[in-house]
Amino acid sequence: MSDIIRDDGRKFDELRPIKIEAGVLERADGSAYLEVGGNKILVAVYGPRESYIRRLLEPNTGVIRCRYNMAPFSVDDRKRPGPDRRSSEISKITADALRPALMLENYPRSMIDIYIEVIEAEGGTRCAGITAASVALVDAGIPMKDIVVGCAAGKVYDEIVLDLSEKEDKEGQADVPIAMMPRTGEITLLQSDGDLTEEEFAKAIDLAMEGCRKVNEIQKEALMKKYSIE
Amino acid sequence: MEIVPEITRRSIENLVGNDKREDGRALDEYRDISIETNVISKAEGSARVKIGGTQVIVGIKPQLGSPFPDTPDLGVLMTNCEMLPMADPTFEPGPPSEDSIELARVVDRGIRESELVELDKLCVEEGKHVWMLFIDLHIIDNCGNLFDACELAVMAALKTTKLPVATIVDEEVVISEDETFDLPINNELALCTFVKIGDKMVIDPTLSEESVASARLNVGVTKDGHICSMQKGGKEPLTKDDILFAVNLAVTKTKELVEHL
Repeated sequence: MSDIIRDDGRKFDELRPIKIEAGVLERADGSAYLEVGGNKILVAVYGPRESYIRRLLEPNTGVIRCRYNMAPFSVDDRKRPGPDRRSSEISKITADALRPALMLENYPRSMIDIYIEVIEAEGGTRCAGITAASVALVDAGIPMKDIVVGCAAGKVYDEIVLDLSEKEDKEGQADVPIAMMPRTGEITLLQSDGDLTEEEFAKAIDLAMEGCRKVNEIQKEALMKKYSIE
Repeated sequence: MEIVPEITRRSIENLVGNDKREDGRALDEYRDISIETNVISKAEGSARVKIGGTQVIVGIKPQLGSPFPDTPDLGVLMTNCEMLPMADPTFEPGPPSEDSIELARVVDRGIRESELVELDKLCVEEGKHVWMLFIDLHIIDNCGNLFDACELAVMAALKTTKLPVATIVDEEVVISEDETFDLPINNELALCTFVKIGDKMVIDPTLSEESVASARLNVGVTKDGHICSMQKGGKEPLTKDDILFAVNLAVTKTKELVEHL
């Protein structure tokens, strides 16, 4: 394996410093705060509650609604408030990534709302959002098959590395964000952009899954810290 | 829209009638206040403010733009507020609601009318280039009295805002990469919000107090006691005595509030 040192001093398979806290908001049914590298992400969960939007109501199952939103001050050049095409896509794939872990069939005519707010962005916000959202779902007391966790691998200077920073994402050749359910190893989100050989892709997905398992331990620690009785 | 149970309404009204409140405070007492500044490193100014369980984050980003034709040598302030659906089960995603626009405008009015930001120092080239300050408020937890939390947050963030130095070289604007200057601020301001419950005026209302109140009054006062903005809200009227009482108390309370900055 390679022993390169990256721009920020990390090894190829090293995560950025990460911190997760569960239950940070008063009003929400569940919430979580996550920092990874320069990312600051806040997630709130409401529900399962009666679906008050008729067109979303399903008579035989619950529905999950996800909103990924970036604060105008989260990036270098102010972002105009409100949804754009990028955030709409991320909202959709985040809901898709989390849905397999939820037992929505138990909540007909209901919906679960997940609000992901990127307070500050520094590369890899979609994975960080999924990771934080799962912790918030657990904090809301919603039964789940597993805690979904997200992490990315990518290619920078022809090397496959874990958890790209903003700079690496801009300068790099490829980015492969994934989300998985660690107990079974099933993948619930996969995207890839950039140039990879078949071999490199296989390496990237292995590395990303390994990253997911590490982040999953931190998710569990955050929940233990909040809920262990001592 | 949340329905207030009649028993909650009566119990709050009875408590206030006896000069008491559900959380044990006096009628003229604020909940615990905490202010953190420089919480967003990508924003030129930022703050996180908590009043009790209410929590807001504000970020300030500058952009070069053209001045308004009637004020060619003054910078521009723009205040925007997002009542995020994460903050309250009744907040909906989508374009800003009437409430959120009112909140942003009341907060903005205090800052603007007190003239505490020296807008003339934000002029780079008269008539052509001025700094526009985008003040973006993010409501993340609503436990009542968003107005005062937002105004404190904006005030705290403005005080820590650093702008890049911009100069005119050969008729082009050059923005320095490492040189900054502190946003010139010449005063401090706070907003005091009251609601009327029964015949009493109550400061810093909680969510349930807001929900049973008949009227609301926001009073913006500078630390030297000048009243620079006011807004009445709510369905029912206020008496002149209610208003004079609130204004008088706001002048005293502002001095306490700005000490947190």
